[in-house]
Amino acid sequence: MKAVIKGAGYILVHVPDMVLRNGTTQTTERIVNPDSEYLKELPKHLRSFEEVCSYWPNQVYIGNKTPDDLAALEADKVRGWADLKCDVTDRYGKFGQIMPQQQFLLLMQACDVFDLLKLDAGFVDKYKAEFAENPLITEDITARIPETQTEIAEIERLVKEEHSEGLYMNDVLVGCIKRAHDIDVNLSAHVMHENIVSKASSVLSILAAVKSTGIDKNEVEYIIDCCEEACGDMNQRGGGNFAKAAAEIAGLDNASGSDTRGFCAGPAHAIVEAAALVASGTYKTVMVTAGGCTAKLGMNAKNHVEKDLPALEDCLGGFAVVLTADNGIDPVINLNMVGRHTVGTGAAPQNVIGSLVAAPLEKNGLKITDIDKYSPEMQNPDITKPAGAGDVPLANYKMIAALAVKNGELQRADLATFPAKHGLVGWAPTQGHIPSGVPYIGFAKDDILAGKIKNAMIIGKGSLFLGRMTNLFDGVSFVIEANDGNNQAEGGVSEAEVKGLIAKAMKDFAAALMEQAE
Amino acid sequence: MSILAGKKVVIIGDRDGIPGLAIEACAKTAGAEVVFSSTECFV
Amino acid sequence: MDLENQKRVKDFAEQYGPENVVVLLGAAEGEASGLAAETVTAGDPTYAGPLTGVSLGLTVYHVCEPEVKEEFDAAVYDEQVSMMEMVLDVDDIINEMKSIREQFCKYL
Repeated sequence: MKAVIKGAGYILVHVPDMVLRNGTTQTTERIVNPDSEYLKELPKHLRSFEEVCSYWPNQVYIGNKTPDDLAALEADKVRGWADLKCDVTDRYGKFGQIMPQQQFLLLMQACDVFDLLKLDAGFVDKYKAEFAENPLITEDITARIPETQTEIAEIERLVKEEHSEGLYMNDVLVGCIKRAHDIDVNLSAHVMHENIVSKASSVLSILAAVKSTGIDKNEVEYIIDCCEEACGDMNQRGGGNFAKAAAEIAGLDNASGSDTRGFCAGPAHAIVEAAALVASGTYKTVMVTAGGCTAKLGMNAKNHVEKDLPALEDCLGGFAVVLTADNGIDPVINLNMVGRHTVGTGAAPQNVIGSLVAAPLEKNGLKITDIDKYSPEMQNPDITKPAGAGDVPLANYKMIAALAVKNGELQRADLATFPAKHGLVGWAPTQGHIPSGVPYIGFAKDDILAGKIKNAMIIGKGSLFLGRMTNLFDGVSFVIEANDGNNQAEGGVSEAEVKGLIAKAMKDFAAALMEQAE
Repeated sequence: MSILAGKKVVIIGDRDGIPGLAIEACAKTAGAEVVFSSTECFV
Repeated sequence: MDLENQKRVKDFAEQYGPENVVVLLGAAEGEASGLAAETVTAGDPTYAGPLTGVSLGLTVYHVCEPEVKEEFDAAVYDEQVSMMEMVLDVDDIINEMKSIREQFCKYL
């Protein structure tokens, strides 16, 4: 049995107040340099929701524009795409949506099961109708918002006296998250805030993936969360199960689940695991999901402010991918072609790329140039270049190309054209695990089905050393390829479905002929 | 005079440049004593 | 530069004497290399870490610079680093590093 990519959901949440209050660059600065010019300047560099919706990379992330559209743009040498206004500014896209902060605070409250998140009654009155109208928000989620809310005086007291984490809208206190325990640091208000944000954005991602794939929620038998947060108490800090917690709110009643971690490599690990669970026949439909990360909001904003750019790291990111048993149509994950960075691989960049790219291809008798598109770390260069980290996807493509030259699979003269031919420009927010290979999966499925490409390699890399438990690096890769239509699961596609597909193909063909004749 | 031989070397590698461990392997061959090796991450 | 890394650099300079410590960098760009080099010589230009206002003047090189490269075993360098020379703008890195060293290094 093979596992196929049924589709994916991608969401962004615009949270300017969390950039100021919860991003670690800002919280650190507030401790070491409370009167700094940077903290005074930063608010002036925050974007409005409309500006966020008209930013090209964001429109690519939710699927209204394609990576090819982005690559075709003429980016400014210094300011990138920051000053360009996308001709599509819709907050809803075919993969998901960009949610504004006021709606997200309500979604967070709907995701709180311990009566920790308090909102000002006036704030809720103002935005509840708008929240309920969001096409991804179901009635049962809206019903989780308590009828009785809190007076602002009580919220102020909770923040002042009870160590609660404030929730702000346009720099005005509108709510708070209480600590879940008086002593346990793992249940502190700060940690609960981080975790509820992660959970809520994961819920939104799941709902986006359900909508974009058209699956029945009850089909999902297993769900893997691959974000980078840890939930637990003082007796087990990373005890977990964000996956089931989010699935509960999203209404995946038939799903069990668990969490997989590996820093930014988490999503690629999780998708390989999910594909293996489907391929083995253990579960028919598995979802992989991850919410966003408050700590990384405005992570490089010092550089952005210094260079008079907008604070581009103003959105949480989320994604969810649906894998199902082979239906004979959708692109397949080839589990014989998994790249692994092992303990013995080492940290040398050529060994890392060798283990993730060249080794699995070689095992299957393929060359580096046999893969049509590579999706390594798809960080938006507008964010990373001003911060001195360079254009991360481009650096990856140069490494892959250099390895191909070294292996005699590519002419040195073709080094310069390799990135455009086999690569993509980055459009994902620097939310750690979010840009790591997975943003292309939705497009890869479409591009393979449309015959634009025959295969794509997704590469996740993780900085394990940041946890101070090892100095090792990490990485994993897998290949998505066109479905040859053989070996589909029993009952994968009914005869009627096949007939329908053939009829549609003939209709399209006839229409094309007519067009030509005209 | 050599730069590295006999010196205490502190390594600040970069995840998107050269990682600490790769620099460490090189520095040791130059007769340096690596006292600290770390890798930074901006993404 | 990461605050913990700044603290370590400061501690090692005190422990071994700044004249005995050499910092090797692996940054991805010229500007980032220059900022890290400035941090361990003139002090933290971002005013965030323990090296703010502390001018250690340490000897600092990027691993791709010819002066240190020639001291490495060529085979090890080839295996560990060489491919990245095709990826990084080495000339830009060299220029930035030279400029910082000339201004702020005390033990060259």
